[in-house]
Amino acid sequence: MTEQQLKRTPLYEAHIAAGAKMIDFGGWEMPVQYKGILEEHRAVRTAAGLFDVSHMGEIEIKGPTALQTVQHLITNDAAKLATGQVIYSPMCYPHGGVVDDLLVYKRAEDHYYIVVNASNTDKDLEWMQENSLLETTVVNQSAATAQLALQGPKALPVLQRLTGVRLELGYYRFTRGKVAGVDCLISRTGYTGEVGFELYCAPELVRRLWDTILAEGHQGEEVMPIGLGARDTLRFEAGMPLYGHELGENINPLEAGLGSFVKPDKDEFIGKSALVLARAMGLKRKLVGIEMVERGIPRGGYVLAMAGKDIGFVTSGTFSPSLGKNLGLGFVPVEMSREGTELQVIIRGKAVKAVVVSTPFYKKDLKGGKSND
Amino acid sequence: MTNPRDLKYTKEHEWARIEGNRVTVGITHYAQEALGDVVFVELPGVGDKIIEGEAFGTVESVKSVSDLYAPVSGEVVEVNDNVLDSPETVNTDPYGAAWMIVVEIADPTEVDKLLSAEQYEEFLAEQD
Repeated sequence: MTEQQLKRTPLYEAHIAAGAKMIDFGGWEMPVQYKGILEEHRAVRTAAGLFDVSHMGEIEIKGPTALQTVQHLITNDAAKLATGQVIYSPMCYPHGGVVDDLLVYKRAEDHYYIVVNASNTDKDLEWMQENSLLETTVVNQSAATAQLALQGPKALPVLQRLTGVRLELGYYRFTRGKVAGVDCLISRTGYTGEVGFELYCAPELVRRLWDTILAEGHQGEEVMPIGLGARDTLRFEAGMPLYGHELGENINPLEAGLGSFVKPDKDEFIGKSALVLARAMGLKRKLVGIEMVERGIPRGGYVLAMAGKDIGFVTSGTFSPSLGKNLGLGFVPVEMSREGTELQVIIRGKAVKAVVVSTPFYKKDLKGGKSND
Repeated sequence: MTNPRDLKYTKEHEWARIEGNRVTVGITHYAQEALGDVVFVELPGVGDKIIEGEAFGTVESVKSVSDLYAPVSGEVVEVNDNVLDSPETVNTDPYGAAWMIVVEIADPTEVDKLLSAEQYEEFLAEQD
């Protein structure tokens, strides 16, 4: 794909001006880093970081049967959602594999707002339209929506200075209001393992929001722009799956450790019978954490082995900036998934020792204190 | 940063310091900048043989894995353990503390193929 064909967010010029290194991410020309992945990662863990995630897809589901359509599409239960609440859910194929993982925002009884992975937007839209009920409309709002994420321990105080809206929202709650004079949907969600917010606004206003938040950060609390490189290491440490790595058409959500987001007690949904059966039969493989014992970094696609036999594969892996260790996530047979199990990662033809460890690698209480649930 | 004039270079972005039949090898400033934060380095052991143009080690940044290509053939006589323990020196001091190995070359004429600093910079200019 040539550069001319890559899609750009409304903040493209801002990224170039900030010295970002740009990459092709699923057809989007996005900043992978500004100052450096390690520095950006640490900034989010210790202060605050601002991400342009305008490439994400936003799909609106509206109409008198909107809830039934949502319930049919996702594995989690949206029936109990209050207006102003968000849930995370996989969306599955009939065989139990994952179409995508997404957030569902309940904006009104007949109005749900679905946020999906950028590179899956077209596929998801088609899937949702094919599988929607009569009297439900499914509309792609991605081009009409820009999205920023402000994440880290300083996210709340920085953002609060820019808005009259009381931001002490519970985890996975959202509200509407003006931030820096820009009308936003303000959501206490994120993909970093830190307290933070995701802000949705009109594309033509996002530059003002971006510049104002970065400038506000300089009043004592630094806010750094963060690229997709650190976004990936942050979500990885927090044990959050990435579609195409821990999730995919041939991986079911139970194997990926997302069993708590699959609710077989609710009425029919796509993939239900396959997932109920898979659970009843017992899972064959499981996603685990892997820590290197010998020197090496486990990378996505590397083979996992035990006693000379291939037993699975790494889905994601990197040097963990917060823990200073070389860590991975990967699938292994259930009987080899216990913490402390010794295995090997095949790195450039060599079997390198590693051990199964618990996940998430990095954990911070995101619900405590400020919740108004 | 300019590339030291007294070193030789390859199109794979390694540098070589030639002192008689001993050649010290590292990666260039351009390479470390393109890689980003280096978090892991793998090198051969003392006594290993390396072959010109073939991979002799690996350098990994947070996101990427790259081979190191031998600028010359010969036997590894020294390995920089510090760079194994502190891979970030590849970013901070690529031409100094982050030297990687010393090779004793078998064929001294091999170094004639290497690029001068000026030639390497011309090559870089063509890449952009």
